[in-house]
Amino acid sequence: MRVKLENLTKIFPNKKNSGEVIAVNNFDFEIPDGTLIGLLGPSGCGKSTTLFMLSGLLKPSSGHIYFGDEDVTNLPPEKRGVGLVFQNYALYPHMSVKQNIMFPLQNQKMGKSEMMARVVEAAKLVQIDELLERKPSELSGGQQQRVAIARALVKSPNVLLLDEPLSNLDARLRLQTREEIRRIQRDTKVTTIFVTHDQEEAMSISDYIVVMKKGVVQQIDVPQKVYDEPINLFVAKFLGTPPINVFKGRIENNQLFIGEEMITKYKADDQLVYVGIRPEGFIVDANGPLSGEFKSLEVMGRDSSVVSTNPNSESPIIRSIVPSDQEIAPDEKGKVHFFVKPKKFFIFNADTEERIFEKE
Amino acid sequence: MVDSRQQWKAWLYLLPALILLAVFTVYPIINTVKIALLEGYQPLGAMGGELYAFGFSNFSKVIHYKDFLTCLKNTVILCVTTVPLSCFLALIVAVCLNSIKYLGKVLQTIYFLPYVTNTIAIGMVFAMMFNIVGLTAVNADTYQGALQVYNIYTNSQGEHIGYVAQSWGIINNIIQAFGGNPINWINAGVNINRPGANTYIANITVMIVYIVWNALPFKILILLGGLQGVNKQYYDAAKIDGASKWRVFWRITCPLLSPMIAYVVITGFIGGFKEYSSVVGIFGEDMGPAGNGSLMTIVGYIYKAISSNNYGTASAASLILFGIILLVTLVNLYVSSKKVHY
Amino acid sequence: MENNQNNPQGEIREYSALTSSNNTLSESLKRDAATYDVKKVERRAKAQKIISNIIVYIFLIALAVIVIFPFYWMLISSVKTYDEYTQSNPTFWPQIFNWKNYADAYSAASLGTLFLNTVYVGIVSTLLSLIITVLSAFAFARLEFKGRDSMFAFLLATMMIPGELFTITNYQTVVVFLHWKDTFSALIIPFLVSVFYIYLLRQNFKQIPNELYLAAKVDGKSDFEYLIKVMVPLALPSLISITILKMMGAWNSYIWPRLVTTDTTHQLITNGLRGASFYLDGDNTKVNYPAQMAAVVLVSIPLFIVFICLRKYIMKGVSRSGIKG
Repeated sequence: MRVKLENLTKIFPNKKNSGEVIAVNNFDFEIPDGTLIGLLGPSGCGKSTTLFMLSGLLKPSSGHIYFGDEDVTNLPPEKRGVGLVFQNYALYPHMSVKQNIMFPLQNQKMGKSEMMARVVEAAKLVQIDELLERKPSELSGGQQQRVAIARALVKSPNVLLLDEPLSNLDARLRLQTREEIRRIQRDTKVTTIFVTHDQEEAMSISDYIVVMKKGVVQQIDVPQKVYDEPINLFVAKFLGTPPINVFKGRIENNQLFIGEEMITKYKADDQLVYVGIRPEGFIVDANGPLSGEFKSLEVMGRDSSVVSTNPNSESPIIRSIVPSDQEIAPDEKGKVHFFVKPKKFFIFNADTEERIFEKE
Repeated sequence: MVDSRQQWKAWLYLLPALILLAVFTVYPIINTVKIALLEGYQPLGAMGGELYAFGFSNFSKVIHYKDFLTCLKNTVILCVTTVPLSCFLALIVAVCLNSIKYLGKVLQTIYFLPYVTNTIAIGMVFAMMFNIVGLTAVNADTYQGALQVYNIYTNSQGEHIGYVAQSWGIINNIIQAFGGNPINWINAGVNINRPGANTYIANITVMIVYIVWNALPFKILILLGGLQGVNKQYYDAAKIDGASKWRVFWRITCPLLSPMIAYVVITGFIGGFKEYSSVVGIFGEDMGPAGNGSLMTIVGYIYKAISSNNYGTASAASLILFGIILLVTLVNLYVSSKKVHY
Repeated sequence: MENNQNNPQGEIREYSALTSSNNTLSESLKRDAATYDVKKVERRAKAQKIISNIIVYIFLIALAVIVIFPFYWMLISSVKTYDEYTQSNPTFWPQIFNWKNYADAYSAASLGTLFLNTVYVGIVSTLLSLIITVLSAFAFARLEFKGRDSMFAFLLATMMIPGELFTITNYQTVVVFLHWKDTFSALIIPFLVSVFYIYLLRQNFKQIPNELYLAAKVDGKSDFEYLIKVMVPLALPSLISITILKMMGAWNSYIWPRLVTTDTTHQLITNGLRGASFYLDGDNTKVNYPAQMAAVVLVSIPLFIVFICLRKYIMKGVSRSGIKG
C-alpha cells in the first residue's frame, strides 16, 4: 500500500522550561507501494516519532498521513491495520510463540482454523514453525525477532513498521537478519518502514533511505545516490565507514584549496568551504597535490588504510583506503601525497554546510 | 581462592550471628520437636535430670481438645474470607491507582497508613467504633424514654421487647442512618437481632473488616509496584493489535502480574493462619466477647498453653500450625505453578 | 489455504494471504477511513474516559475515607467528654475539647515509663542488630569460606517456620534457664538476629561490583576497612530501611513482651495499652473510651511522625521485602 506523509509535524511540550520541542518538522514524502524504506538518523532525530505517528500510537500535531488514498491521520492504531515490531520485540512473556502470533488475530472476528492456518503460514515465512510451542524466554534474540515479525505480519498489515529491528542482535546475527527482513519484505510485498541509526544497515537493504536530523528530513533517495551525492555535510558525514574525511578549504578563482595546496579546478564562486573526501577517494602518488604527514599503515587484507594528519583536517587523522598491493613510502619529510578522485569528494559551504555543485 | 586465613576471619564475622541463631533459632526447632514428643515434659524437671516417656499424647490431646477445634475453625474462617477479599480489593485499588493522573501519590500514602499503625492500638479504635454503650432491654410498648427502641421482637409472653442504648456506636449510627437495625458487634450475650442466637457471626464480621483494612496496604503496595513494573510497550503492542481494554487486562496485565498476585495470596495465607494480635486488639486478651474466648485462634491457643506451662501441647500445636502452613503454601505453590508466569 | 500446497520449484514461495495486495484489512481501512467520524468517536471516547475517571476517583476517594475514618474517629473521640461520647447522636466535631483525657490516659497506662522502655529497647536492639547483620551479611556476600552457600540456604529455610514454634523454647530458655523474666535482655537478645535482614543486606552488598573490593585490596585496605568505608555507605538505604522496620517492630511488639514481662518497669508500650484499665472515675463498669482513645493516640502518633518523615524509605523497604522475601 502506498503511504503518503504530508507536512507531518510533531511538537512535544518541553517539561523543563514549558517550551516546545519540534520532534518532526514538516515531513513530506510519498512511499511507493511495496518498497522498503529506511529512516536513518542519530538518536533524537525524530525517526522513531515518525514511525509511531505512522502506527497511530502518537498523534501528529499537524499534517496528514495517507494509506493509499485514505486519510488515516485520525484513525486509531487498531483501525489502521499496521504491524509494528518493537525495538525489544515486546513479546508477551507468558504466551507461547503460537499464542503471541495469534494474539492480533484473536482481536478480529476470525474462525479458529483460519487463525491457525495463518499462524502457521506466518511462522513458516519467518522460519520459526518448529518453535511454535516455546515461550519467548526459551528463544534466542534472533528467534524472538522473527516471532515479533511474524506477529506483525500475521494480520496482513497494510504497512509493516520496524523500530530499530536489529539493534538488540549481535553483529553476526545482524547481518543475517537484515537479509531475512529483506527477503520477507520481497515475499510479502508489504510496504515496510524501518528505523535505524546504523547507516550500513539502512544502505544495505532499503529501496529508499530517509536521512533525518533534528526532526528535519535531510535527503530522501536510493541508498547509492545518497552516498554518492550527499546533499549536505551532515548526510556526507553520517553515511560511510570509515567516515568521510572533512577538511577546511576555500574556493578561489575556480580552484579548490586545502591550506595552500591547490587540489583541483572547481567552477564555483569564491568562498570558504568544507571539503569532504571519501576514504576510497584518495590515490597515493608522489605528485599528488594534497599532502599529509604519514603516521601509520593499517593492513586490512584486501585494502590498506593510510593514516596521516593534515593541519586543515577537521578530525585528528585522515584515513585513506588504498589497494594493499600498492607500496606506501613517505617522502624524506615524512609526508604522503594524494590525488583526489573526481567523484569521491564533495564541497560544502562553510556556513550553511550545503553542497556546492560545480557550475557547468 | 579459599585460603585458610580468610576462612578463619569469615567465621569471626559470622560468630555473633551464629551464636544467637544457634541458641534462639536452631536449638528451638530441635527442642520443640522433642518437647512435643515427650509426655508431660516440664523444663524445670528436665533441668533436674528427670526423664520423660516418648509418645504422641501431646498431639492427640491437642487434636481432641474442643477449644483447639474452635481455634482451628476461627482461623480457617478468617483465612478463607480475608485473603481473597483483601487480595481482590487490593488488585482493584492498584489497577485504579495505576490508571489515574492526579492525587495518585496522596491516595497511595493514605492507603499505606494502616501499615504503620499498631495492630493492637487501632484494634481498640475499631472495637470502640463498633461497640454499644449501655445496652438495655425494655418493653417497647411501655418504654417512656426519649431514646428510640430498636430490634423489637415478641417474646414468649407476647410482650414487645426492644433495646435501647446510651450510645449505639458510630458504625451502628451509620447503619441506623440508612434505616437499618443496630447490631451487637462486640458485646457478648444477647443477639439483639435474633434473640437467643449467639453473636458469633457479628463478632467474626468485625474481625474480617479489621483484618482486611489492616492487610490492604501491603498488598496494594506490592501489586501497584508490579503494575508499574510492566513494560509499557506491551500495552502499545496490544493497542496496535486492536485488543480491547478488557482483553488487555485479562490476557496481558493479569498474567504479567501473576507472580505478585501469587505472592500476596501466599503471604496472606501464611499471615492469616498466624492471626492473633488483631483479635487481641478488638476483643482483648481473652479473645472473645466478655472473655468467652470464642474467637481464639491457633496462635492464641499456643500462647495460652505457654502461659499455663503446658509446653507439650504448645509445642505440638505449633508443629501442627507449621504443618498446616506448609501444606497450604505447597498447595498454593502447586496451583500457582499451573497459573503463574514467572 | 490454497497457497499452502507445495510449489514444485520449492524456492519461490507465494504468501498470498499475507501479501498486502489481497487483504481484507485494506478494504476495511477504506471503509473505516470513509465512515470514521473523528469528532464523534473522539467525543465518545472522551465522555467514556471522563465517566470512567469519575467512577475510579469516587471509588478511590471513598476507600480513602474508609481507611482514614478510624484515625479521625480516634482523634476526635480522644478529646470528647465521656458524656459527649455516649450521646445517642454522635458528634463529628467535639463540642468541648476535653484535654484531661490525655492526662488520665497517661497515668492510667503509665505511658511515660512504657514509652521510655520501648525507646530504650528499640534503640539498643536496632543498634546491636545492625552491627550483627552488617557483619554476617558481609561474610555471606563477600568472603569465601567452606559451606557458605549451604549454610545460607539453611538459614533461609528457617524463615519458613512460624515464629510461634521458636517462642516456646525461647520462653523456656529465657525465663526458666536464664532467669531473665522482667529484664530488658529478655526483650532484646532473642530477636537480635533476623535471617531476613541478613538476606536483604546480603543482596544489597552483592550488587556492589566486585571490582571495588579488588581495588581496595590492591590499595592495601583490610576487609574491615572496606566494609566500613565502602560497603556500609553504599548500602545505606537498606540499612535505613532495616532500622525503621526494626524500630517499628519494637513499637508494635506485643506477644513476646507479654510473655516475659509482668510489670511496667520492663513492659513495652503496646502491652501497657492493652493491659491498662480505662475506667470512668469511681465506676468500674464503664470503660472511659475517650481516655482509652487518648492513650491510643499517644501510642500511634510517634509512628505517624516517623512515617511522614521517612515515607519513601519505609515504602521502599516494605516493597523490597515483599518482592524479594
